[in-house]
Amino acid sequence: MLSLKSIALCVPLSLALWAGAAHAQTTPAEQIAGYVAQSGQPAQAARGQEFFTSKHGKEWSCSTCHTAKPTVEGKHASTGKVIAPMAPAANDKRFTDAAKTEKWFRRNCNDVVGRECTPAEKADVLTWLASLKP
Amino acid sequence: MPESTRMKKHLVSLASAALLALSFSGCALAERGYAVAPNAKHQQECGACHVAYPPGMLPAASWQHIMGNLGKHFGTDASLDDASTREITAWLKANEGTGRRGGEEAVQNRITKTSWFVRKHDEVSASTWKRASVGSASNCSACHADAAKGNFNEHQVRIPK
Repeated sequence: MLSLKSIALCVPLSLALWAGAAHAQTTPAEQIAGYVAQSGQPAQAARGQEFFTSKHGKEWSCSTCHTAKPTVEGKHASTGKVIAPMAPAANDKRFTDAAKTEKWFRRNCNDVVGRECTPAEKADVLTWLASLKP
Repeated sequence: MPESTRMKKHLVSLASAALLALSFSGCALAERGYAVAPNAKHQQECGACHVAYPPGMLPAASWQHIMGNLGKHFGTDASLDDASTREITAWLKANEGTGRRGGEEAVQNRITKTSWFVRKHDEVSASTWKRASVGSASNCSACHADAAKGNFNEHQVRIPK
């Protein structure tokens, strides 16, 4: 039975999540263009794939959690939480919020590479992800 | 009815009433521990990588340590912008654990190292924790299907094969 308490708990959460979703304001293509402009060189999907699926001197690669073919779900390497597909063709919410993209690049590049990624690396990875078909 | 029998009956009903009252207060305690009105930032940010652990599972001091070191968060960089960090920290601390879940600071700030967590899971064998379907003790929802909603009712636990 739906109790008053669970309604009281769930309604504000749903509203907040809905408000959060309304933030989306960009596209993968726009973000790729932005990174390409910052890097001053054309993006290469093949280089993005290589970067994504290789280790960079640390324990994890991007594909450790996101899989080597990110049109499918991934899984967090330490918590086991399911991660929705990274490829926009399989998940239309991906790369639609520039701040979110930057937040995750900043943190995950630190975990995988031990530094922030360069605009060229971000452009390559995004270009590869955007080229994938489910 | 002899006097002694009547006394016994009284005692039995008194004891049942006391037990009933205790079990009710137990439920109320459990509810107070976890069922707080959710915070959207907490759900969104903490819940991105793991179950958004209820604030009632740790004392405020442990939450402070965790939120003050998000750049090195159990082996990953979980850093957030300052405004989000402040909001989530304040909310976690305001809803910190009380009673048994509030007394002790958690070893390594790990919920899984608190004495109440260890006691509640003492019948789970080491090999069960290592199953691929479970992976780690931080994966609450492997066995507590509604963990994300703050429901850790032990009668609804289903341990996967």
